[in-house]
Amino acid sequence: MLRLGTRKLLDRSFTGMGVLSIVLLAAALLILLAPICLRGISAYVFQGTVEFRRVALEKFQRGDREELKREQAAAARARQPVFAALAAFKKDLDAMPFAERKKYKTDFAAVQDAVKDLLGPLPGEEAPLLMRSQYGQTRWDRAQVKIQQVLFAEDYDFSGGGLGRKVLKPRLEKFRGTKLEPLFAAIEKNASEMLRPQWTFYGRFLTDASHDAHFFGGIGPEVLGTLYLTLGAILFAVPMGVIAAIYLVEYARENRLVRVLRVCISTLAGVPSIVFGLFGLAFFINAAHLSENKSVLAGSLTLGLLILPTIIRASEEALRAVPATYKQAALSLGAGQWHAVRSVILPAALPGILTGVIISMGRAAGETAPIIFTAAVSVGKPLTLLQTFTQPTPALPWNIYNLCSEHVAVDEIRHVQYGMVFSLVLLVLLLNLAAIIVRARISRKLRT
Amino acid sequence: MNTAPSQPIVRLHDVSIFYGRVQAVHEVTMDFPRQQVIALIGPSGCGKSTLLRALNRMNDLVDGVRTTGRIELEGENLNQPGVDVIQLRRRVGMVFQKSNPFPKTIYENVIYGLRIQGVKDKSLLDEVVEKSLTSAALWDEVKDRLHTSALQLSGGQMQRLCIARCIAVNPEIILMDEPCSALDPRSTIRIEDLIDELRNTYTIIIVTHNMQQASRVSDHTAFLYEGHLVEYDQTDKIFTKPAQKRTEDYITGRFG
Ligand SMILES: Nc1ncnc2c1ncn2[C@@H]1O[C@H](COP(=O)(O)OP(=O)(O)O)[C@@H](O)[C@H]1O
Ligand SMILES: [Mg+2]
Repeated sequence: MLRLGTRKLLDRSFTGMGVLSIVLLAAALLILLAPICLRGISAYVFQGTVEFRRVALEKFQRGDREELKREQAAAARARQPVFAALAAFKKDLDAMPFAERKKYKTDFAAVQDAVKDLLGPLPGEEAPLLMRSQYGQTRWDRAQVKIQQVLFAEDYDFSGGGLGRKVLKPRLEKFRGTKLEPLFAAIEKNASEMLRPQWTFYGRFLTDASHDAHFFGGIGPEVLGTLYLTLGAILFAVPMGVIAAIYLVEYARENRLVRVLRVCISTLAGVPSIVFGLFGLAFFINAAHLSENKSVLAGSLTLGLLILPTIIRASEEALRAVPATYKQAALSLGAGQWHAVRSVILPAALPGILTGVIISMGRAAGETAPIIFTAAVSVGKPLTLLQTFTQPTPALPWNIYNLCSEHVAVDEIRHVQYGMVFSLVLLVLLLNLAAIIVRARISRKLRT
Repeated sequence: MNTAPSQPIVRLHDVSIFYGRVQAVHEVTMDFPRQQVIALIGPSGCGKSTLLRALNRMNDLVDGVRTTGRIELEGENLNQPGVDVIQLRRRVGMVFQKSNPFPKTIYENVIYGLRIQGVKDKSLLDEVVEKSLTSAALWDEVKDRLHTSALQLSGGQMQRLCIARCIAVNPEIILMDEPCSALDPRSTIRIEDLIDELRNTYTIIIVTHNMQQASRVSDHTAFLYEGHLVEYDQTDKIFTKPAQKRTEDYITGRFG
């Protein structure tokens, strides 16, 4: 027997530890989610430039044409000195003797490229092929970076020895006294008139198609792909899983076969997801020829297999938790086994089953490995329902990885990456919230 | 088939029931007269519930149960393969020790038996609900909240609801396994009054631990001991001058 004092102390320290761990968990969640949310939101809310509104009108047919025309005219007036300086210096440059020309040539090319990056193609220039070269910077935060690139050249200072230190040298020094000189002051002072940043809420980011490898537009195809894959997996796994659980709980007698079956299900729950991906490729695509190549169908089935054990387990537990008296009552009133299951046991187990479905849904939405081999491509158009049977799709988890590992200009589209991560988290939270509300409704209906 | 009122409705002949290798009921032979209340008494573990559940084949739910002998309902042996247990359970209803309404509305609880038979006629269902709840002496208390959850009722009301649910499928026999053991004295008295009402329509077989209850509600009483039927007679007789010493000892509270 412990003394009362000792018992109280133990109780209190246990409570303390419990509270501490919950606080730690909450803090970890906050530290994890806060930056994702903050940066992710910047895909939706940011200072958009006149170029952003041009893209919106020209590619998405949104916005006021007349208003944009006026804006573009004002911007063009502000940009005029920049283009004039470029043209004048170019003329001088062509007239220079070779030795002098050599001195300026690369630096001038760098300035001109940086200006084109910032403001779009020069007046009178033939429209470039790549869309990213057809427009200037659409976001003011990215424009800031480009302005720096116009104004400063990266250089290395080797005075300290070793690898040297990166320093920024004002380009102005190089071009002082030339016709290019006024360009720098103009850019430094008037950039905001040239680009006219405005706070923008870009809600359609979630649903817009992307253009030119995510340089423009939103993440619509990825979101749609993720929804297709998740719902497909649920559509496949929930009926299968619930039926299997009903069989195991209500019909199967305890024999060796059933025990082996249970072990298999447990083992399946622990198989690494990449193995499911390989299996999906080998079985659904190569062996069963469900589709010519990767497809949403094959990916959904693979994800469905992945979440099947979770759903079976959760459903089994939920069914076992239904009081035996319900079944007795139903049978004593002349219900058959199946009737008792359908009319009494299944409804009573539904909240528990839904919990399993919720967890699985989040898992299916976020899994990457299973869809790499079976469903995901880096670029694609939004699919129609019919196309899901044959076509692959972009999907959030895969494209988050793909953007930061294989994109040509990762730094230019960080906001898209964070936007995707944020949207995925949001999507999963919303799916969960919806399911939790449904579950609460059902259990309230059962209880009261 | 002779169904004259004088004929017993159920006849047990040499009935033994085994749980695996353990025998819980030993060679019981007895008749249950029609439209009477028969009480089964005896110390706990003597096989009352097991015997009762044999009458609507609810023992089938337990793995490894084996029943031998003849159990005749209206002359038809129901202890044989091929008997339609669903049909049987509609004729032989059951009320359990712990009230077990479904987590549904009061209305849905009462019509459950009809629903699974595929009855859809709304006016018929309404009629059955009113009739069953009235027979179960519950109508006045719940008529204004038929569509609220049955789980909000009190324990006694729940048990009466279970009786109403049982009556709604219009059985011939109602089995009751200690229906009052989880209830307070007032609720118990209401159920006993209810049994008194129902005896005119149904044959009721009730298991009880409570001697007073058995003597109050039943016409016949059977005393079981360690799986054997020790004595079975008119209730008056059992409680005034039992033929067996063991019955007397049990009734007077000397053991059990
Ligand atoms: N499901 C079961 N499995 C094995 N033995 C059981 C089971 N149910 C009851 N028994 C046994 O059968 C005997 C009779 O039980 P029961 O009919 O419940 O008695 P009573 O209802 O008279 O208290 C007891 O010895 C009990 O241990
Ligand atoms: Mg019992």
